[in-house]
Amino acid sequence: MPVVEIISPGMLTTIQDLGRFGYQAQGINTSGAMDDFALRVANILVGNPQGEACLEITLVGPTLVFHDDVIIAITGGDLGPCIDGFSVPMWESLYVKKGSTLSFSGIRWGARAYISFQGGIFVDKVMGSKSTDVRAKIGGLEGRALKEGDRFFVGLPLDRSVVGRRIPSDLLPLYSNHPTLRVVMGPEDDHFTPSSIELFLSQDWVVTENADRMGYRLEGEPLKHSDRGAEIISDGIALGSVQVPKDGKPIVLLKDRQAVGGYPKIATVISVDVPLIAQLKMNDRLNFKKVSLKEAVRELRDRERVLASLPLLIGKKTSSRFRIRVGEKELLVEIEEK
Amino acid sequence: MMDYPKYLPMGDRAFLVRFGDEISEELSRKVRALTLLVERERIPGVEELVPTYRSLMICYNPLKIDPEDLERALKTLVSEIGDVKLPEPKVIEVPTVYGGRYGPDLEFVAKYHGLRPEEVIELHANRNYLVYMLGFTPGFTFLGGLDERLHTPRLSTPRKKVPAGSVGIGGKQTGVYAVSSPGGWRLIGRTYLKIYDPDRDPPILVKAGDYMRFIPCSEEEFLANWKGELDFASPVEE
Repeated sequence: MPVVEIISPGMLTTIQDLGRFGYQAQGINTSGAMDDFALRVANILVGNPQGEACLEITLVGPTLVFHDDVIIAITGGDLGPCIDGFSVPMWESLYVKKGSTLSFSGIRWGARAYISFQGGIFVDKVMGSKSTDVRAKIGGLEGRALKEGDRFFVGLPLDRSVVGRRIPSDLLPLYSNHPTLRVVMGPEDDHFTPSSIELFLSQDWVVTENADRMGYRLEGEPLKHSDRGAEIISDGIALGSVQVPKDGKPIVLLKDRQAVGGYPKIATVISVDVPLIAQLKMNDRLNFKKVSLKEAVRELRDRERVLASLPLLIGKKTSSRFRIRVGEKELLVEIEEK
Repeated sequence: MMDYPKYLPMGDRAFLVRFGDEISEELSRKVRALTLLVERERIPGVEELVPTYRSLMICYNPLKIDPEDLERALKTLVSEIGDVKLPEPKVIEVPTVYGGRYGPDLEFVAKYHGLRPEEVIELHANRNYLVYMLGFTPGFTFLGGLDERLHTPRLSTPRKKVPAGSVGIGGKQTGVYAVSSPGGWRLIGRTYLKIYDPDRDPPILVKAGDYMRFIPCSEEEFLANWKGELDFASPVEE
């Protein structure tokens, strides 16, 4: 079985799949890839089931050595992936030779990237998922972020036919460092004054330094609670719930959120737009736009249709890449079929 | 003034059925009755249920069930909750060593209420507390039924570390920290019972609707049954 070794872990590298479900009522959050679209595509590119575990890497990427040949794909935010020092393309499946090093030269765009391995990552499922939950200390490798010297097994590169598969860029979500996140209002929008609802939907919100897998705290002109107050009796929190504590600054709750909480939730980000916020970092901006539940569901159906058709769309190889040596220099050459 | 129950969408993946706006055994009973009915009904597309004090969160997949159909199905079930006979609740006994380094705030709680530490233990132990819900951290229980004479304000600065098994009082509530975490409750004791153990099936011993009952135990019993390294609460920074 191919072995991958962590030379340096980067800022926060964890093993994630689509999440752990069925235990929220007992205080165990869902975890899972922050940008689930990128994770699913990374898996499709290498021919895996969509929900297989990948490495989720954050802002500063890790350095990995592959001790055997592997087939990988890197999707999500562009943190500058390089193999043996040469830049490699994202959103494409790559054949990587034994002994190669994958490193990241720095953020060009986004916040989180995903590395898939053909055949998957061989760690045990805990409560139905391989996702790392640092708080419950489960999943991934010993329930923690990866560190220097960690080694794990990944799948054998058995199906080379997928190498070179690439995603047409027009099928990607509208990633941006100033996205508009669509929301369904409520359930506690009646805890805010009408002018605050307007303010919530109209102003540019800035991502603060308190932005992690649990949630993103936003900065902006504070919202005012109505006479119904800034506290509720704790009840359920969903993925994308936007809760607003007393200080009037929204917090968008994400994959490592608690399932219950006591602040009023003004709105909920729709599923298909969660990947957009997962790619934001400190000082990026965002806006909220109100949509109906019907529209949210329609968008989700469209997204699923795209994902379902991807394996067919990308089945054909459209280019080949070669590494050639010219004197002292190594060059990456790409030949496209016209 | 408000019409309950309310059916509140939370984005495109969850629905909230809210029965009222207070913490009471009556509302909790309704939440549990609906939880039971939804579990029994096995509505396609319903993926997970999260009962809380006065609401039930229903996580669903809108690709498998239209939100309107789900709401309709939930309304039908809500109309039947009056007839539900809830199963006999489980009572989980929680052997607890009170005071000393296991419950460093016991003296404070006693002094705060003008009681002796033994009286605090007497008021806290050997009674059934309803588990309204779990959350905050894995296996953390929100219990109802704490004697009014023990209601004690939280620490103004939470401890950096409260070790797993700690039994505390926070305001009107009491409960057990099932995993080590920061925390602001007053710690009066400690149990060796592992409420959360990821390697066990089930990983968490308690469910909403169960009761917990603290049974005083000796330090010897605690130490004989404690598994793993024994760590203690960090000091209070007040």
